[in-house]
Amino acid sequence: MHEMALAESVVRIVEDQARVHDYARVKTVWLEIGQLSHAEPDAIRFCFDAVAKGTMMEGAALEIGRTPGKAWCDACGASVAVSSLADACPDCGGFGLRVTEGDELKVCKLEVD
Amino acid sequence: MCTVCGCGEASVAHHDHEHAHTHDHPHAHTHDHGDLHFGHGIGGAHVPGLSQARIVEIETDILSKNDHLAFHNRERLEAAGTLALNLVSSPGSGKTTLLARTADDLKAEFPVAVIEGDQQTALDAERIRETGVPAIQVNTGKGCHLDADMVGRALNTLALQPGGVLFIENVGNLVCPAAFDLGEAAKVAILSVTEGDDKPLKYPDMFRAARLMVLNKSDLLPYVPFDVEKCIEYARRVNPAIEVLTMSALTGEGMEDWYGWVRARAAERRHVA
Repeated sequence: MHEMALAESVVRIVEDQARVHDYARVKTVWLEIGQLSHAEPDAIRFCFDAVAKGTMMEGAALEIGRTPGKAWCDACGASVAVSSLADACPDCGGFGLRVTEGDELKVCKLEVD
Repeated sequence: MCTVCGCGEASVAHHDHEHAHTHDHPHAHTHDHGDLHFGHGIGGAHVPGLSQARIVEIETDILSKNDHLAFHNRERLEAAGTLALNLVSSPGSGKTTLLARTADDLKAEFPVAVIEGDQQTALDAERIRETGVPAIQVNTGKGCHLDADMVGRALNTLALQPGGVLFIENVGNLVCPAAFDLGEAAKVAILSVTEGDDKPLKYPDMFRAARLMVLNKSDLLPYVPFDVEKCIEYARRVNPAIEVLTMSALTGEGMEDWYGWVRARAAERRHVA
């Protein structure tokens, strides 16, 4: 489960940013985990609670945004909605779509003290 | 003196002009030229005695640290003229058999080196070393994948030879290693025919990240219901550009095509370096 490594990365990013933005406690963390990304939000939540213990993020709320998947279909010359990397174009049924949105994996913002 | 926290020695006299200027002091904090803003908190107002929660925009990729380290690994490998291939698969696909045979067959042609990733034991590295090729074992403990930091440390202990080929055998797992760039030139996904031809659809991240799919254990094709054409079609649904080789690392069938592929990638690398 690589979500543990991802949760640890979130803690490290937030601790690094504390030196830049001068905060001592984090109350809320907003993440963006696109629907086509390789991470599972529930697993991230579970791991986050574990790795946040004893850090400035202990007890912080986790808000997870989920950008819907979008891809470009060359055959149609159009942007289409997709829910998985294995999806066909909903219009022409072709494969080989290029993902344009929904594979994000980001720490967006923090509410800090 | 900084009017936010009082640090620094220079005094700031009030003066009337309309330019901005900066001041140096040894810590970071956000302020707008010394003004105090109590309305930036969540409630938009200041309540004496209550903390001033504020919002900090970060917009940072969760994998940025790994990607940064991978960038440096890639730089190092390119400077050394070493082709690095990241071999990914589920456990038991025959990665180590493929690697041991490859190391044996190519060691006279290229300086070959191997990084072996497993949760526990040095069995795989020992198996590679028996071929006379240098191998470093990286044990991830509970970790389910190699990351760029682990590979960077392994590179510190491997003497990279110019024009060499470095095979990185990732932890057996068709999920997590897809997400972690190690600085390799290409990921090679190995799928054995005993695993089922629908794996590319079930684990699309991995087959999307790979440049080459190796269908291994082809000697077992007569005994298992594995449809090679269907598997390739599934892989190309998630990655239209993926290249495919079918082979048996046990019998040697199809291995020459694999060596040809490795030679072609090594030639590209020498061209770059």
